[in-house]
Amino acid sequence: MDSSQLLGITTFTYLLSALLYVAILVFQNPGLGRVATAFTVIAWLVQTVGIGLRWLESYQMGIGRAPLTNMYESVVFFAWAIVIFYLAVEWKFKVKSIGAFALPLAFFAMAYASFSTEISKGITPLIPALQSNWLIAHVVTCFIGYAAFAIAAALGCMYLLKNAADNGNSGLAGRLPELALLDDIIHKTMIFGFIWLSAGIITGAIWANSAWGTYWSWDPKETWSLITWFFYAITLHARYTRGWSGPRIAILSICGLAVVLFTYYGVNFLLSGLHSYGSS
Amino acid sequence: MKPFQQLWDILASVKLAIFTLFALSITAIIGTVIPQGEQASFYADKYGPKMAQFFQILDIPEMYGSWWFLALLTLLVANLVVCSIERFPTAWRLATSDNLALPAERVAKLSGSRNWPLTPQQAENIDPAAILAGSGWPAESRREGGELRAFSQRGRWSRLGVYIVHTSILVIFVGAAVGDIWGVKGSVMLPEQVTADKIFASKTREPIDLGFSLRCDSFVVEFYDNGMPKTYRSRVTIIEEGKEVLTSDIEVNRPLIYRGFTFYQSSYRGYQDFILLIQGEGDSTGGVFTLPFQKQELWQEKGLQFGVVNAEAVGQRVVRAKLWFKAGEAPAVIEWFDDNQPRLLEAGGKQYRINVKQMYATGLQVAKDPGVWIVYLGCGLMLIGLAMAFFMAHHRVWLYRSEEGGKTLLVLAGNSNKNRPALAKKLTSLEEAIDKTLRG
Repeated sequence: MDSSQLLGITTFTYLLSALLYVAILVFQNPGLGRVATAFTVIAWLVQTVGIGLRWLESYQMGIGRAPLTNMYESVVFFAWAIVIFYLAVEWKFKVKSIGAFALPLAFFAMAYASFSTEISKGITPLIPALQSNWLIAHVVTCFIGYAAFAIAAALGCMYLLKNAADNGNSGLAGRLPELALLDDIIHKTMIFGFIWLSAGIITGAIWANSAWGTYWSWDPKETWSLITWFFYAITLHARYTRGWSGPRIAILSICGLAVVLFTYYGVNFLLSGLHSYGSS
Repeated sequence: MKPFQQLWDILASVKLAIFTLFALSITAIIGTVIPQGEQASFYADKYGPKMAQFFQILDIPEMYGSWWFLALLTLLVANLVVCSIERFPTAWRLATSDNLALPAERVAKLSGSRNWPLTPQQAENIDPAAILAGSGWPAESRREGGELRAFSQRGRWSRLGVYIVHTSILVIFVGAAVGDIWGVKGSVMLPEQVTADKIFASKTREPIDLGFSLRCDSFVVEFYDNGMPKTYRSRVTIIEEGKEVLTSDIEVNRPLIYRGFTFYQSSYRGYQDFILLIQGEGDSTGGVFTLPFQKQELWQEKGLQFGVVNAEAVGQRVVRAKLWFKAGEAPAVIEWFDDNQPRLLEAGGKQYRINVKQMYATGLQVAKDPGVWIVYLGCGLMLIGLAMAFFMAHHRVWLYRSEEGGKTLLVLAGNSNKNRPALAKKLTSLEEAIDKTLRG
């Protein structure tokens, strides 16, 4: 069994996880809750082994590098981070219905990684610019942040759905967590993501300085990461000092993910710059 | 004074912060869509002469250094400074205030407060500070008239987290300014075997004296089996007052730092010339020669003649070269040498260790940035400040023995600047501890 098989399996186990969480919501079957969680944990462990195996395989090929260096690997890691972050949220806030919104994100990411013809799945060696210990620190910090923003957006969708329902206390909307709780978790995940995004930008700057002699060069990727940072900074200020909450913050959490995805994905394909490694 | 006050109020407002951040975000997009730092003709070709002229007026080709972008950044700085001056004193007061000065009736009015009536004997023996300490709340205490006051707090410095973050942004700007004013950014294209004591400024192309000399001993590109570049490596020697003081390799991500200058591997250029290294068997030193293609050279003292007569290249990269080599009067030897693969050659009854390689020039970025550590300090402060502001809360707990209408009461109350549910949980366990103590 090699890493690509394991990661392929993960695509389907995340789909099943997503369906299980949706089933809890639809059929109101609390017994399914444990099954969904256990299954997701196992799926996540399989993915972890898959990522680890890919690392090992790179050593067997004589390349020896962390599995975090191209679009395929970053999308896989994005899904991995979403799931572990979701599991942490579920454990901390004891709310399983979030899974019905979070797991599909992980599934879509894995499906894109597995089935897209645009991105290569091969383990290729690293060009000199990427041969740095900062690579792992930079990618890991960024993607923990991105995962948190993805969960925040999923929660934002839940908030808006519940808020839009005629009667938030009955039907499907009634099975979603209270609006106040959703609002609280959105805020907390956004803060968490903001700190990791800050760390991601900082580690990137330190890396750029050790590779090119300049910690900031207004490269499109850098600039967009700063725009993302500004976006969440504005959102947090609007909440703290202008009392924004509820639907407004929920909408901002979804817009925020759009900005994140543009920084992560759009920049590589639509704009040119130094940071072109991720696009192949 | 009134206009000044109005200006001050605007600069202190969060509305302005939101506006500035929004304006910076929107304008920053321009520079990611329109390529930066190109020649004027580039913009005229791509966007038409009228548009190009408009771009020049607004400094769009260098927008991140334009007056209006710098003005927005200045506005952000002014906003941060004024806003912090306005609000910091309150935060400082809350972090350092004498909480034991809070009167008992105010404590009793705090939301979620609870009290227990005490028997005279309990009143005699009770020690509020010890109860708090016993539940993990190290407390200070004081007698105030007939009252026995105890107070404990956690995370009071979290109130300053926001201001540490704001300060960190200013520190980063200071570091950037220091680098801009006193820093040096330049580059040098150094052919193998050539020594330079100057570099050229990135912006003005003016020469900058290093104060020492730098020689490129060799430059190599290594490739993976699939043809991707694996390593760009320059071997350089630092020379001071005619003495070689240091020889070191420079690779991408492994710069050389010397006397405040940092040298980064950034580019290279291949020449049609060759570098030939010859070391005869039993000779202590060898010779290094720069050979133009198909030109004969002479090493007089050894009686050697040689030249590269042919070469094979993949693109601009030479993979092997054909060497013509004549030792003394013996017939010339002609052999192929793989690029940069030293091996032995026999000529005129003697073995020579030969290395033929294409001549390269290494392109080095050179930076001297005294501000970079200030920027890193700012980055560190920012992470610390963010963690303090977001993950810590200021929890305060009061436990007073007080008199009210001739009765003695034990009053408990808590206060938190955020994350109230967490404090409520802790207060509940404190209440249980008090119940237990009173029961005996």
